[in-house]
Amino acid sequence: MNRLYMFMAAALALILALPLWLDKYTLGIFVMIFYYAYLGQSWNVLTGYTGHISLGHALYVGIGAYTSTFLAQTWGISPWIGMLAGGLLSMTVALCMGYLGFRFGLRGVYFVILTIGFAEITRLIVSHIEALGSFSGIFLDFNPSFINFQFRGNMPYYYISLGFMVVSMIVVRLIETSRLGRFMIATREDEDAAEALGVNTFKYSMIAIAISAFMTALAGTFYANYIFYLHPATLFGMALSIELIMRPIIGGMGTVLGPVIGSFILTPLSEISRAYFAKGGLEGLHLILYGILAILVVLFMPRGIIVYLKGASQWIFNSADKK
Amino acid sequence: MSMLKVNHLTKSFGGLTAVDSLSFELKEGEILGLIGPNGAGKTTVFNCLSGFSPPDLGEVLFKGQAVTGMKPHAICQMGLARTFQIVKPFLTISVLDNVMIGALIGERSISAAEKKSMEILHMAGLGSMANTEAQGLPLPMRKRLELAKCLATDPLVLLLDEVMAGLNATEVDEMISLIRQVNSKGVSILMIEHVMRGVMALSQSVIVINYGRKIAEGPPEQVVKDQGVIEAYLGKEFLDAQG
Repeated sequence: MNRLYMFMAAALALILALPLWLDKYTLGIFVMIFYYAYLGQSWNVLTGYTGHISLGHALYVGIGAYTSTFLAQTWGISPWIGMLAGGLLSMTVALCMGYLGFRFGLRGVYFVILTIGFAEITRLIVSHIEALGSFSGIFLDFNPSFINFQFRGNMPYYYISLGFMVVSMIVVRLIETSRLGRFMIATREDEDAAEALGVNTFKYSMIAIAISAFMTALAGTFYANYIFYLHPATLFGMALSIELIMRPIIGGMGTVLGPVIGSFILTPLSEISRAYFAKGGLEGLHLILYGILAILVVLFMPRGIIVYLKGASQWIFNSADKK
Repeated sequence: MSMLKVNHLTKSFGGLTAVDSLSFELKEGEILGLIGPNGAGKTTVFNCLSGFSPPDLGEVLFKGQAVTGMKPHAICQMGLARTFQIVKPFLTISVLDNVMIGALIGERSISAAEKKSMEILHMAGLGSMANTEAQGLPLPMRKRLELAKCLATDPLVLLLDEVMAGLNATEVDEMISLIRQVNSKGVSILMIEHVMRGVMALSQSVIVINYGRKIAEGPPEQVVKDQGVIEAYLGKEFLDAQG
């Protein structure tokens, strides 16, 4: 374990220094790696640890992005504050949905449908509200300053998204080792068995969905002020919901490192193959690659790549120890 | 003192009355057996007692307090814990972590819960398996784990649902002595069991149910000789053939 922390500290030091050598485009890829690792980690709290499968997490990204942008454009409120407002609004929506799902015992695929339903309904509502830009969305004005959460170049975004990712890892690690985390895991493993041992599965499911939604919404604000354009079909759409769960699934659900490893593998693959195939007029081919990769992982590594990395690192250290 | 008192418990599923106006009492420190042929409604009784399926009629008093209609976790926190006939280990976490879930209900500190769980695991003979994932355990050990998880919640009353089913003779003996040990610490036990050796060895009193109704009650030696009980298990033809 100490070796793992040492390795991670070294990796973090390297990552902190990286922008010295990288160009804008490559920095952008790293921003996306951190961004998706963070999103995956947020989703991981609800699905990876507590076992309630959400296929509508784009909902919270959208709420986060629209709330902070609306507050900034209407009343000039700093997105840093708007980000917290978006988080709280997201949490409220999630708790309403969670109440419906958990109180009435919607499990498995029925809960999945509920999450998709909430995301789709919100997408349609936002698409019809003039003040939120309806179908065509909102363009953000570019006024770079720290207060406005807007910056020239990719470097500040690199460090902010890195911060998001690292903090999310620490938070999830703290949850995982706490009483709360253990009750969440018991809920995931077997709700009835957990109840029989005195675990209030409803309460812990509600806590999990609240944390997960809050964290996810913060990424929405980041996205809005990085891309400068909000589009309801993108921000509340199925495609984003699927995109953000791919990394923890491939890396390893219910682990702190899973979403991060998944993102370091998948995001560059996605960005590079997207650019490469688009040049050859094959837009969308990278999504097919994605699908194939997902099928292979689910078939042959159902608990994610992390299991194999663990095995490999143990093997390396064990043989090193022998010498 | 009465630990658990059940009055006119009734539960129907559609047209089928699984438990029919059943009343009984579990005294402090007692081991009470609940037996009956397959489909007699034994597990349904447990589901009613533990809050998994609230009864249609009747009441359940735990230490004189009505628990009817309460959620399973609340009933467990009061001190009434159950095991499942089809064991429900938390598969992908370690045996120790399994037991710690129960221990953490009454204990906020992780390290104290870990210490307590290790003691329980040693008592249940699972000490050496503490760091194994639960899915690596064979059935006899899973049955012990099921019991160990319950014990970690500090129960006053244990509902054991066929913890001896599927065990061989040696394993049954080990389970008997484990249950005795638990009972000697003051835990009252209501056990559903088909393994008669276990029932005979452990229970001071036995209730026999069939079609959800109580058909006999008394000390085990007496109950197994009861004509009505023999008929319920083996049929009227058997009694006739024996003359």
